[in-house]
Amino acid sequence: MTLDVSNYPQLLTALLPELVLSAWALILLLVVAWRHGTARDLRLAGWLTLVALATAAGAAWWLWWQSAHAAGISTMIAVDDFRFVADWIFLGGALLTVLFSMRYLEREGLLAPEYYVLLVFATIGMMLMGGGEDLMVIFLGLELMSICLYALAGFNRRSPRAAEAGLKYFLLGAFASAFLLYGIALVYGATGTTNLSLIGVQVVSLELQHAPLLLLGVALLLIGFGFKVAAVPFHMWAPDVYDGSPTPVAGYMATAVKAAAFAALFRVVGEAFGPVGAWREIVAGLAITTMVAGNLIALAQRSLKRMLAYSSVAHAGYLLVAVATGVAAGSAAFVFYLVAYSLTTLAAFALLAAKGRGGESDVQIDDLAGLAAQRPWLAFALSVCMLSLLGFPGTAGFIGKWYILVAAMSTGQGWLAALLVLTSVVSAGYYLPVVMAMYMQPAVSTEAHAEVCLDGFGRVAMAVAVAGLLFFGVAPNRLLDLSKTSATVQRGAAAGAIAAPTFSPGH
Amino acid sequence: MAWLTGHLTVLVFWAFAGVAIVSAAMCVTRRNPVASALWLVVTLFQLAGLFVVLDAQFLAVLQVLVYAGAIMVLFLFVIMLLNLGQGGPHDFKGVIGLGVGAVLAVLLLLQLSVLRHLEPPAAIALPPGTMAAQQAHDGLVGTVARPLFDAYLVPFEITSLLLLAAIVGAVVLAMRKL
Repeated sequence: MTLDVSNYPQLLTALLPELVLSAWALILLLVVAWRHGTARDLRLAGWLTLVALATAAGAAWWLWWQSAHAAGISTMIAVDDFRFVADWIFLGGALLTVLFSMRYLEREGLLAPEYYVLLVFATIGMMLMGGGEDLMVIFLGLELMSICLYALAGFNRRSPRAAEAGLKYFLLGAFASAFLLYGIALVYGATGTTNLSLIGVQVVSLELQHAPLLLLGVALLLIGFGFKVAAVPFHMWAPDVYDGSPTPVAGYMATAVKAAAFAALFRVVGEAFGPVGAWREIVAGLAITTMVAGNLIALAQRSLKRMLAYSSVAHAGYLLVAVATGVAAGSAAFVFYLVAYSLTTLAAFALLAAKGRGGESDVQIDDLAGLAAQRPWLAFALSVCMLSLLGFPGTAGFIGKWYILVAAMSTGQGWLAALLVLTSVVSAGYYLPVVMAMYMQPAVSTEAHAEVCLDGFGRVAMAVAVAGLLFFGVAPNRLLDLSKTSATVQRGAAAGAIAAPTFSPGH
Repeated sequence: MAWLTGHLTVLVFWAFAGVAIVSAAMCVTRRNPVASALWLVVTLFQLAGLFVVLDAQFLAVLQVLVYAGAIMVLFLFVIMLLNLGQGGPHDFKGVIGLGVGAVLAVLLLLQLSVLRHLEPPAAIALPPGTMAAQQAHDGLVGTVARPLFDAYLVPFEITSLLLLAAIVGAVVLAMRKL
């Protein structure tokens, strides 16, 4: 199905997943306006959100199944498989987050169904980021996502830590947005357009590869994205914000939010700045500092939530390696790793939420001692997550890291690959103690883990996540094929935009 | 007299720009937040004047209505509701704050001095008179409205979602009883 996005009905078809989700968000908002306050209303909003996310995923699937693509250069919104696969990652992440939140909100007394409305709006923002073909759409999507997350981070108003998290995230997020916006302005000044494909064309036709204005713009854009994916040295906010936020929200931030920022970054550097070599060195440098610093600081953490926060920083470093290898080599590895990482980290945060009480900031790694004897299934699930994060063979995390290594070697960035392996070895120093504590240390008392449990939704979501990790670890072909097709289409879009643009000011 | 009419635009530009810079400096150096906000209003009015010099009259009107009018009134309301009227402690605490500020100022100056010598590539520079021709064709409002509801329809609609989400977030954080 070829869609001409300059024609309104076809533009609406191209935007179908976003439109479906936006309509559901408005319905949800109306329902919440009348039904709020009791646990039953909260569950109703949760169920509606599940339906909303599922229908939006269905819409994205329908477009993918029709093999929708744009006629010529698409304006504003991309129509390619990369966007649909990215949409599934965001929607899947949001779906698991809702399942894990159902009981958590009731337990913590956060009886405000607006939680789900904000979650849906944030997901729409992510979809626009991953699918934006124009820097303006990407920026607006980023803001839509971020504004919802500022509120979600500070959602528990009784907790001073949550207030700190919300405020810190808001201030640093606004700071990062300013960098991004300034970068976009400079890129517009250098190329005269904000459309990603057209920027790519202009860079070549106007020979802007070494133009200071463009390079400055690219550097500022990368700093802005660096904040959003929590790459070192722009990671300072991440541990404190994850620490203070409600745990399902922290899991959502560490996975779907990061995935959205990475998807946008990948599209921007791939389509717009492919001919500008400078971004590659900057991203490689960010990858090195992020892998080294993230892993070393994580070693020193005793709190499980902070350890997971620094672990997510370290994984941003691995993903940056995939970005640095470029669209041609790295995109299949990138998509695969994103799926594996999101599943694992969401499940790990959900298990932390099951163990902890009152914000979970006080759960130490040693508190898990003897969990395997009393809660064998939860201990097994957490072990699979830790091993997958470590990159142990037989889990999806291993396959993901393997493909990133292959991509890095094939583009001659062997030193990045070597550093990835070395830092992964270091990461065993903080992932394995969790497994050892659960299986090899005796519990403090027979009642130590009596309260640790997941509800029905949580169990289903956990089973899906763990089964997915093990399945893709043993039989990755299906997911890999999907990643590869999404990669080729995106590459085709970038290469196909060869027609010289005619610059028309405001038509 | 001929000299004056020939350079009238430049003179008007410098008048507005000079007042804008002075009032912006006053805005960031006042200790009283209300005084700061009022100086900001002055700056925004000067910017509106600069827009007129750039042939963007409609934008100038919007600048006064939206920024100097609505947003600044909101600012003042918030300041007064939070009871921040009296001067607080001095912001530049010690050498570090001043040092960071100085470094940032030098960086900005360097950047401006580099950008000053850059010409935009001829291929993307608008020929002189383009805006005037556009405005003669579409009218002052049409020049802004046409791209907004045509080429930039998608970002425009996303903005409506953004505002709605911001309202929901603010209400959740401010009004909810837990």
